[in-house]
Formats: sequence, structure tokens, C-alpha cells
Amino acid sequence: MSNPTNLRYLPTHEWARLEGDIVTVGVTAFAIEQLTEPTYLELPPVGTAVKAGEKFGIIESYKSTSDLYSPVSGTVIERNEPLVDDPATKRKGDPKPVNDDPFGAGWMLKIRLAPGATLDHLLTAEQYDAQLASEGH
Amino acid sequence: MVPFGGWDMPVQYSGIAAEHHAVRTAVGVFDISHMARVNVRGRNAMALLEKVFTNAVATMKVGQVRYGLICNEQGGIRDDILVYRWSDSFSAVINASNRKKILAWLDQHREGEVTLDDRTFDTTMIAVQGPRAVDLVAGIFTDSVRSLKYYFARPLRYREVDGFISRTGYTGEDGFEVVVPSAVGRLLWEELIGGGAVPCGLGARDTLRLEAGMPLYGHELTETIDPLQAGLGWAVKWDKGPFIGRTALEAARTDTTRPVRLGLELDSPRAAREGCPILANGETVGTVTSGTLSPWLKKSVAMGYVRPALASPGTPLAVDVRGTLLNATVVPLPFYRRPKTT
Repeated sequence: MSNPTNLRYLPTHEWARLEGDIVTVGVTAFAIEQLTEPTYLELPPVGTAVKAGEKFGIIESYKSTSDLYSPVSGTVIERNEPLVDDPATKRKGDPKPVNDDPFGAGWMLKIRLAPGATLDHLLTAEQYDAQLASEGH
Repeated sequence: MVPFGGWDMPVQYSGIAAEHHAVRTAVGVFDISHMARVNVRGRNAMALLEKVFTNAVATMKVGQVRYGLICNEQGGIRDDILVYRWSDSFSAVINASNRKKILAWLDQHREGEVTLDDRTFDTTMIAVQGPRAVDLVAGIFTDSVRSLKYYFARPLRYREVDGFISRTGYTGEDGFEVVVPSAVGRLLWEELIGGGAVPCGLGARDTLRLEAGMPLYGHELTETIDPLQAGLGWAVKWDKGPFIGRTALEAARTDTTRPVRLGLELDSPRAAREGCPILANGETVGTVTSGTLSPWLKKSVAMGYVRPALASPGTPLAVDVRGTLLNATVVPLPFYRRPKTT
């Protein structure tokens, strides 16, 4: 499995991509393979403060339910809205892009880094590949 | 691949939803070789089965298959199994996770002349399930399987070797389960797929059985749940004579306070999982044993246990899903019943 080298990773299979002080967050293709196709996603509203390593949401599949962990500390400035339910219009969220393109169209959040926050603690693609290999995948 | 009852098994091939829909609308195949297959023969084979099995054995016709439970002395479920009656022996199909436990139990309770022959590792078992299953198996084996009745079996020849086929399954659809020697197992698997069957993994097996309201050992069925609580009273025969657990079950028949298995439909797309508390008026009244978003019904469904007074269809309850209370309503099982076509 090839994990993009321009991303950084949490051992819990979330990825982070830094552009300026904005970090885009999603889950890896490996996470989706383990979870199977997502059926429901819960993401925090724009403006929520998130902390590195702490839970920010929930992802469900036919098979299981898992927590999602934030790779970085900061403030949510944007969500991938079509993925989640919109109570105002009663539109149902469709998490299919997370299944089909987890590193691209399936992104979940954009987070503005908290002052002084970095991605230095996250795994590189090489380290994440090594983790998957050591777990026997 | 995931570990399951000592086997490595695929959760999915093409995707749980796609596999699930293939079984509901066409035909899917499942490699269920993990299920334990034991041949029971000898002069006292029937007596052993009558002693450990809640369903009746003596009244079975040759070629008939019966579902039932193996209970402990307290009436708790040690396993749910299928018994096949052949002209000169019986076969038992046992859950993978319970294979050693049940083999030891059978060995412990046999008297007189009984041979227990574990065929799990030299045979392959494949389930062929869905409305098109009958055409597929008739084409591969013999047209006469079309006349095989539900819960009946017959011996089979496939590529010069002997096996058997039954009209049984764990999906709520019409279908068959086939056992052949391992040497031809792969050929049969490939021939079924070549004939249009969609390979299905454990994920779809679970969502299909859940929609069909079928219990899974280790979830709905355990050593501390009895068949009456589990809604399997139909598989306990009171007119058959003594069997292990009978005395405890007779006493339990009139007890209306013990939790019973029920179906829940949630007012949310979120899935209730095993262990989620079930609440009534803010108080915990039971526990979910299995739950998922139903790929066919597109509703969140779950099974669990609550006391009978709260288990009537229409009763409003709630499920605590990771700290979020979701409204749920008791609904009759099964959640899905296949349309009658023949």
C-alpha cells in the first residue's frame, strides 16, 4: 500500500497535509480497508478547537464504529460538508468519497494550526509504512 | 483477513454492501469451511444426539436437517448446530469457535458404540445463497437439486468424489450449503464464481443474518442464555424425552422475568453495537448483542435482550451509542423476510 509522502500520519491512521498554517485531515486507505466502506460520519462544527491526539469525530461502517483522532491542535475552519448530515435541510451525509478517495475527495476537516503547533510529532509516510508492515499488513 | 474462530477469514471481497445486495437479488458464495463438520455414526449415535440436542432426532427422515441447541445442565446454550440424518449416520455442523468444546462434550456424553469423526480439515463447505442459487447449483451438479426441500440434504457426486448438499443457509434467502472433499473445494469455488456468483466475506454474512433475525453464537447465544430467552423455543421439543438442560428449561418456561431477545429499529442512521445499553425512561433495561446499518432496509437495526414486559413490538426504547441516546422502537423479528416466489 502506498501512502503519499507529502502527508504526515497518526498511528491511528489519520493523515495531515500542511499548506501555510492550514492542515487538511482525513483517514488513510489502510483505515478504510480495515473499517470497510463508511456508512456514517460525525465531524465537529466549524469553530471547534481540536487537540493533537484527541477525539474529533466518529466513523461508522456496516462492520464497526471507530473514533477519529486529530493529528494536530488548532481550530476547525472548514468541513467536507457533503460527507455529513445537515440537520437544517435534513440532507443526508454521504461518506462515499472517504471510501473511494481517502487521500483526496474524502478529506474531512481543514484545521488552522494553533499558535506554536506543528506536525513534527506525526509519522512520516516511511514511518507509517513501517508501522503497517510491523503489524503484519 | 481477520482471525475468526481460529481461522483467517476475509471480511469482504468487493465490499459489504455490494456482496449483501448480490445475495438479496442474485447469488453470492461464502467459504464457510471454518464451520466444524463432524460425522456421528455407530449403533448409539442417535441416542447420543437425542441426549445433547434440544430438537428431536428420532423423528427425522433420512435426508432431513434440523436446527437445534446443545445446552448445559442449566439450560444455557453451549452451541447452536445443524444435525443431518443420513441412512447410516449423522452429520453435525458446529460453530468454528465451539468445535473443540462440542467435540469434547459429545465425547464425554457418548455411551456404547459411537464414532465421532471430525471432517472439518479434509472437507470444504461453501454456502451458495440468493434467488439465483438454485439455477447455479442445478447447472453445476444435477437438476434434481431443484426438488430438494428446505432443510433437506442429499449426497452428491462432484468431479468423481463424494460430498453432500443441503437447502440451508444463514442469509434469509433461498440457497444451499455444499460440502466436498478439500481437494476439489477450490475448483468448486471457482466454478461457482465462473457461473456468476459473487464471493462474499464475513461482513456480508453478518449483515445478512442480522436482517434475517438469525442469532450468532457469542452474541445472541451464550452459556448463560437459554433457548427460550433467545426465541428458539421452536427448536426445543418437549415430547422427545430427556436431554441435557431439559429440567432447567422446564422450570424456566413459566418465568416471565428473564430477558428475551428482541429486534430494535433505531431512529438514526447510526449503528448500535454489541454492549450498547438499552434504556426505558432513562433507566438501563438491557443490552444490545448485535447491530448494524441494514444494507438492504437502509435502517439501523439491532438485536438485544430486555425483559418480556418491554419486548412487545411498538414499545419505545432508547439505545446509548457511545454516550448519545438514540430513540428506538421494538419491531418483530426478522427485520427482513424474503418475498415468496415459489
